[in-house]
Amino acid sequence: MAGEAGNEGLTFHPMDQFKVKPLFEGALDYFALSNATLWMGITVLCIIVLFVLGTGKRAVVPGRLQSVAELAYSFVYKMVEDVSGHDGVKYFPYVFTLFCFIVFSNFLGLIPGAFTTTSHIAVTAVLAMMVFLFVTILGFVKNGFHFLGLFWVSSAPLALRPVLALIELISYFVRPVSHSIRLAGNMMAGHAVIKVFAAFAPLILMSWVGVAVTPLSILAITAMYGLEILVCFIQAYVFTILTCVYLRDALHPGH
Amino acid sequence: MTGDIVQMGAYIGAGLACMGMGGSAIGVGNVAGNFLAGALRNPSAAAGQTATLFIGIAFAEALGIFSFLVALLLMFAV
Repeated sequence: MAGEAGNEGLTFHPMDQFKVKPLFEGALDYFALSNATLWMGITVLCIIVLFVLGTGKRAVVPGRLQSVAELAYSFVYKMVEDVSGHDGVKYFPYVFTLFCFIVFSNFLGLIPGAFTTTSHIAVTAVLAMMVFLFVTILGFVKNGFHFLGLFWVSSAPLALRPVLALIELISYFVRPVSHSIRLAGNMMAGHAVIKVFAAFAPLILMSWVGVAVTPLSILAITAMYGLEILVCFIQAYVFTILTCVYLRDALHPGH
Repeated sequence: MTGDIVQMGAYIGAGLACMGMGGSAIGVGNVAGNFLAGALRNPSAAAGQTATLFIGIAFAEALGIFSFLVALLLMFAV
């Protein structure tokens, strides 16, 4: 893609935007401040601003900020209640924290020049592993040995049960993998596609072919951006609702 | 025309891996289409099933994302 731009200095790689760079001079080690930590900090700051300012006044007729905070709260609360049942509501704060972090870092990543923290598998893998460990430990604490009934499908014929148990076991351990890669892959793919079209946009400066290509690619960037806004929300929603589904499995392991 | 045969194989493999996305597209279309067909038959029950719709789409989509990941790994990591 970058080849079209020639040697005009406009060449870039579509995956360059995901590079973790140190903010200040120096090597990138575990404790260096990078653009990833900066944008993660901005995410946390935005969440704090929304919920501290939004719920601070507690007006009877909510203002704009309070409406957004209440809307987000009741949206996730209803999701947890519907999907994981009444005893899942106890774990609502964790689910809500996950939702807020993911939705904010997805949307902040859409700002041109920003860094999308959730596009890195390292970030989403930690989130997914936390959910996986939390749900597994919770399942064993709540149900004890009966939690293994999740793998023993009692409604199936006896001959089929060991086979099904193997499949269920594999699918259980694939959960954190698919959970994390889905979010990171969606974020990465959308942003990379935008950058691929962006590489075609300056073609008008180099050759007459650009007269046709440049408007089309700018249109495509706009359309993809609109789609990305949708995808950002849906992926946060999907991550949260799958957490709720896993929570339900841990609380009620019977089939 | 320079480069070695390993890189060529990696690029061809990346292209082949992208075929998996087509399968995932069929899957997602199937889920959404069947949901719509069911929703038009019984619109009053549709609102309660949107969560199921998104879970189904997410499961179907994950496999396409896996093939995309394989393509990316072949392009940039191998």
